[in-house]
Amino acid sequence: MTSITANHTATDNQPIAGLKAQLRRAERMKKIKAMLLVAPLALFLVIAFVMPISSMLWRSIDNTEVGSVMPQTAAAILDWDGQGIPDEAVFAAFAQELRESRAGGGLGRIGRRLNYEDPTFRSLLTQTLRGLPATTEVTWTEELIGINARWNETSTWLAVQRTAPTVTDRYLLAALDLERAEAGQIAKVAENQRLYVQVFKRTLVIAGGVTLICLFLGFPLAYLLATLPTSKSNLLLICVLLPFWTSLLVRTAAWIVLLQSGGLVNSGLMWTGIIDAPIQLVFNRIGVFFAMVHVLLPFMILPLYSVMKSVPSTYQRAAISLGAHPFAAFWQVYVPQTLSGIAAGTILVFIMALGYYITPALVGGPSDQMVSYYVAYYTNTTNNWGMAAALGALLLIVTLLLYMVYHKLVNQKQLVRS
Amino acid sequence: MQTGTTNEPLVRFTGVQKTYDGETLVVKDLNLNIQKGEFVTLLGPSGSGKTTCLMMLAGFEVPTSGDIFLGEQRLNTLPPHKRNIGMVFQNYALFPHMTVEENLFYPLKTRKVPKAEARAKVDKILQTIQLESFAKRRPSQLSGGQQQRVALARALVFEPQLVLMDEPLGALDKQLREHMQLEIKHLHENLGLTVVFVTHDQSEALTMSDRVAVFNDGKIQQIDTPQALYEYPANSFVAQFIGENNTLMGKVNALDGDFCSVSFGDGLGTRASRIQALSAGSPTRLSIRPERIRLNGSSEGLPNRFKAKLHEFIYLGDHLRLRCELAGNDQFYVKVPVSELCPSLSVGDFIDIGWRDEDVRALDAS
Repeated sequence: MTSITANHTATDNQPIAGLKAQLRRAERMKKIKAMLLVAPLALFLVIAFVMPISSMLWRSIDNTEVGSVMPQTAAAILDWDGQGIPDEAVFAAFAQELRESRAGGGLGRIGRRLNYEDPTFRSLLTQTLRGLPATTEVTWTEELIGINARWNETSTWLAVQRTAPTVTDRYLLAALDLERAEAGQIAKVAENQRLYVQVFKRTLVIAGGVTLICLFLGFPLAYLLATLPTSKSNLLLICVLLPFWTSLLVRTAAWIVLLQSGGLVNSGLMWTGIIDAPIQLVFNRIGVFFAMVHVLLPFMILPLYSVMKSVPSTYQRAAISLGAHPFAAFWQVYVPQTLSGIAAGTILVFIMALGYYITPALVGGPSDQMVSYYVAYYTNTTNNWGMAAALGALLLIVTLLLYMVYHKLVNQKQLVRS
Repeated sequence: MQTGTTNEPLVRFTGVQKTYDGETLVVKDLNLNIQKGEFVTLLGPSGSGKTTCLMMLAGFEVPTSGDIFLGEQRLNTLPPHKRNIGMVFQNYALFPHMTVEENLFYPLKTRKVPKAEARAKVDKILQTIQLESFAKRRPSQLSGGQQQRVALARALVFEPQLVLMDEPLGALDKQLREHMQLEIKHLHENLGLTVVFVTHDQSEALTMSDRVAVFNDGKIQQIDTPQALYEYPANSFVAQFIGENNTLMGKVNALDGDFCSVSFGDGLGTRASRIQALSAGSPTRLSIRPERIRLNGSSEGLPNRFKAKLHEFIYLGDHLRLRCELAGNDQFYVKVPVSELCPSLSVGDFIDIGWRDEDVRALDAS
């Protein structure tokens, strides 16, 4: 009996194994075709997205400037215990490599890097370079200390030591208003130098505020769009999309014209007698909210609209027929079904708002600048790629964390649709 | 519960009219009484006003004039959520973000039924529809028939005085639909429900209902039991809408009590039962069901016998339909059980057909 069953399965399985191979062969062409279709996009993503982002993330911890220009010094000083001053070998390597660094712009690179540790370092380097003797038969410790007494200070060499490893956390710490104290432990920077935590908070508050305002303005409008007959809703939809036809810069400038103290809004309010003197509407937080909500509102409306269009009105009718007040029916039955649209819209608007740069720069005051402003400042003005990358990386991490929390919250509400 | 008012209808439409655009009436002067415990079907082609009537009863449409009463209460100004009427929608309208159980709890929650009591009611109705083990599932995880039963349960769980169903079986396949028809019918009988059911499927209406109201052009053409509707259609619309029907145009020659004699075609004549207020000389439409026509030998001795030309055999398994030509009408069908068919017949033959006086009905000519 058992042998018969065993036989059966064996004979049944054999053709199936053959079938699988046949299926694979038949599907191979399809797979290749699909991969070819995806290839351009995948390539584009690698070149335009994965590579720049990873290179930027690397720059936030990159510390190879001194190591690449002065490899021997870097290697030697890493062995120093940080007590007193380093031994003659370090001095010798340093003097030798400092002299060689003049060629190929190496001096500029280490000068900029060491200046982050102490802003007087660049002049110290140039002065030392000028004073170096032509011969090599000297005691470099004495020579350097002779050129500038700072070479006899522990803190000077500690600063050099900090630039020697290939990675550093100084940019990331600085972006959180933290630094390494002399002894190496993490400490807060002096109170008058704290800035970025405040900026991050401000960025989140502005992005969150803009998202909420967009949701409150966009939800009723999307609902109207979804319930109107198609001909009317198409017209309204064009009005919603109209802002996309104008450049962001022009729209932002238009808000300045409208909101400034002699602008349309203020003169209108004064003419109707609501206010006596112009109120400050631009170059402050109000202006930032006005302009950003205006730009980002369509990104809230479109996902909401597309989800709402697929929710039939019978659900609300059903809830009403079951005894729910129309408002309760809307809140308990309609809104939960638009949750996926709310989720898409808010996450889209929030993430776009987090990275806003031009609008707050134009219509905001000094205390309304967001993280992107400082990223742009470090890349364009001071050429400090490490700081720019660290701020960018932290913004990315914060965004990802918030997204994960959000994803969890929304998933708990379970967006199962039939 | 109403006591001692068994003759008082539960639902009353009196002179109800409805127009959407102020020009054409969708519902014209509707008067309809529905008794407690009755299963009434509103049947009609699309645009006949049947769904509008249901929506007015549910409260999603307002009558332009006339009154609707539920028991003693005038419904016209009562908002839909206060009517206490259960409703089953065309596509079930089960809330997709709630489980089966949450869906069933919903009407109880809106009525602030105490938790324990609500729990008992939900458990009981789940048992009735035999879906206890599906309580925690979402509607999207159920089959069409199961969703249908949950929708039904949700409309029943708060024990409404009246249950409305708006083409609830339209989305199911034929077999499941027939099964659900019986299931709904049994629920109606066992729970003593009053049901108003809307459909455009005449066989569904005949299977399930105590009474069927046939709608056309905003008016009830006839309201009667399924059998009366089929056997004694009151006008030619009902005769054609319900079941299969052969029609012959003719002229009334003379009246004879409940019968009349009608001439049709080229000098042919028959006696027919008289329905409308027909008078001698008026045109009429004769209506005969295909299964009431006797063939060849079995037509012998019938008062009305004719020769018809056989055009086509249509084989349907349990029976055959013969397409014949009689008095210029080549769409004249005769229904014959397969076993009773003479095998020597072939297309082009002339066959004898006949019918009894009471099986042919002289209706309005429109």
